[in-house]
Amino acid sequence: MTDATYTGGKEPAKHGLLTVDARTKKRNASEKRFRLYGLAAIGAGVFFLVVLLGSILANGIGAFQQTFIEVPVYLEEAKLDKTGNRDPAEMAKVSTFGYSPLIQNSLWKVIVDSGAQTEFEDGGDVKQMISASAAAKVRDWVLANPDRVGETVDFQILASSRVDGYLKGRVSRESIAQDKNIDAAHLDLVDVLRAGGTIHKSFNWEFITGADASESRAEQAGLGVSMLGSLFMMITVLLLALPIGVAASIYLEEFAPTNRFTDFIEVNISNLAAVPSIVFGILGLAAFIQFAHLPQSAPLVGGLTLTLMTLPTIVISTRAALKAVPPSIRDAALGVGASKMQATFHHVLPLAMPGILTGTIIGLAQALGETAPLLLIGMVGYIATNYPEGVFSGFLSPNSAMPAQIYEWAKRADPAYYERAWGGIIVLLLFLLAMNLIAIVLRRKFERRW
Amino acid sequence: MYDSPLRKTEVDTNASKISARDVQVYYGDTHAIKDVNVEILDKTVTAFIGPSGCGKSTFLRTLNRMNDTIDICRVEGLIELDGEDIYDKRVDPVQLRAKVGMVFQKPNPFPKSIYDNVAYGPRIHGLARNKAELDEIVEKALRRGAIWNEVKDRLDAPGTGLSGGQQQRLCIARAVATEPEVLLMDEPCSALDPIATSQVEELIDELRENYSVVIVTHSMQQAARVSQKTAFFHLGNLVEYGDTSQIFTNPVDPRTESYITGRIG
Repeated sequence: MTDATYTGGKEPAKHGLLTVDARTKKRNASEKRFRLYGLAAIGAGVFFLVVLLGSILANGIGAFQQTFIEVPVYLEEAKLDKTGNRDPAEMAKVSTFGYSPLIQNSLWKVIVDSGAQTEFEDGGDVKQMISASAAAKVRDWVLANPDRVGETVDFQILASSRVDGYLKGRVSRESIAQDKNIDAAHLDLVDVLRAGGTIHKSFNWEFITGADASESRAEQAGLGVSMLGSLFMMITVLLLALPIGVAASIYLEEFAPTNRFTDFIEVNISNLAAVPSIVFGILGLAAFIQFAHLPQSAPLVGGLTLTLMTLPTIVISTRAALKAVPPSIRDAALGVGASKMQATFHHVLPLAMPGILTGTIIGLAQALGETAPLLLIGMVGYIATNYPEGVFSGFLSPNSAMPAQIYEWAKRADPAYYERAWGGIIVLLLFLLAMNLIAIVLRRKFERRW
Repeated sequence: MYDSPLRKTEVDTNASKISARDVQVYYGDTHAIKDVNVEILDKTVTAFIGPSGCGKSTFLRTLNRMNDTIDICRVEGLIELDGEDIYDKRVDPVQLRAKVGMVFQKPNPFPKSIYDNVAYGPRIHGLARNKAELDEIVEKALRRGAIWNEVKDRLDAPGTGLSGGQQQRLCIARAVATEPEVLLMDEPCSALDPIATSQVEELIDELRENYSVVIVTHSMQQAARVSQKTAFFHLGNLVEYGDTSQIFTNPVDPRTESYITGRIG
């Protein structure tokens, strides 16, 4: 260490335990460095995670709030029910065009009553403030409650996306200078009505339960129907991938002889897990739509395609779980005269269950977030569907899926859709988080120690 | 060299239970067991001794066809249980293993309750018609396994929660619950402490009343203590087979003598 203790010869210097020699110092220093690298890596990871979650929340949380205008709408009998016998079939002949003027006039009345100074002259001039979907909403309500025609009923009318954007700070007087959809004078009215409480923001259930809307009605668009699409796809994946994957794994792991053929299958399964998902999309398009003539854009086809993609994940994790069961358990079962199948199903499979379930849920979560294969089988794009009628049409009628819906919204020009895309991501992440939590809980519950 | 007194070493019966003729076992290209001829007697403890890798465990596993689970393992020759060829095509190994039970080196209770561990065999073989009968079988097996008194109050507790020696006796109880005729034991005491070992050894001596017991052991003292017949394996050959007292006091083959005096092994 020091010159005084250095013996000079080939013999290593002798040290007491109280002095630390150079080698030990070096080793300790390198260990310390390694810990610092590790901490730095974790720190960087946490930083990026915080930035990611922060930006998602900052951008997306607004989608859960929507601007509504409280309007007492006078349901004029002369317009809505000319015959006066309140027959819904007859009243249904009045289209939304019959309702729009009523709503606009009622809003105009609200504006006049509020005493706001404005250059506008009638309800037709303020229609830009109301969502184009408002007439359909009121019409649906009237057809459901025909007795109320002739009365004045309070409605929470969706404000147009520009008004909504103004309340959320996305739209300003400068930004709408070139905008044909709304004028600065409308924003002046919004200020007045907002101060009076007529225009307000509240929680937007429609975003979670609603259907997608056209490009010009961002305020109306919701995730609900695409959530159902995802649900039907996940049901398909679960019903197909779990039994097929587990059966294949059990056979390969417990029963199959080791020969070239099984080796070949094994290599292929490992490779399939690494195949890009878009390839599965092409395969799904060719096999299920072009060859089998299943309907395009159907969750059934999406589910089948995602099944192909999820199978290798489930097979690999199931086989790992089966491998992790100690061979002594199989010996014990065979030793008391159990058949191979009894040994597998009575002893090995229950012990492998936590691993199998975890793998399955991780595979499902992966499938839930997958977008690329859906591009190719037509589940991305404006798919104007309402809620499917019954389970059967849920599988077969065109639908989208959550990630595809998010992608579609992010693509659209209106900045109001940008906010909804982020909001959709929050919902999707919540689903993934919930699934992972279920995986953890199941693992804890089924885990056995020995 | 042997401090422990030899137990009663005379053989009570001369009825052959298992007879092996010219048995060869191959693992792929490796010839693991060569020309083994042996008569295992009923109601007798037979010990297989020999250095590691000599094939004694392999041979033991051929006796209840546990080797079937290894793809590359091949058995030639004739092994008869009560005069029936156990490698005959018509023999279902599952039925054979119900008759020839096995206890393994490492205690391997199922991660289930003590009761279920013992009841599993009788259940899958349909030995009990109702719960009461099953209870009776379980109690009898646990008594034979010399563990009843320790576990009778906690039959619902997991079998994996017992101590090593208790686990091994539970495994023996599990093996005898299916009423086998032969009990194969592959180094049953190698994972146990001396006290547990002596308990298991006593148990083996008691089991001899009802079963033919074949035990593989690394410990020559143990072979001397528990067995009436001893077979010495070396490099896949059965070098010498005879009464335990004779093998340990007056071996015929020089290799046996070298091994038991500690010069090879």
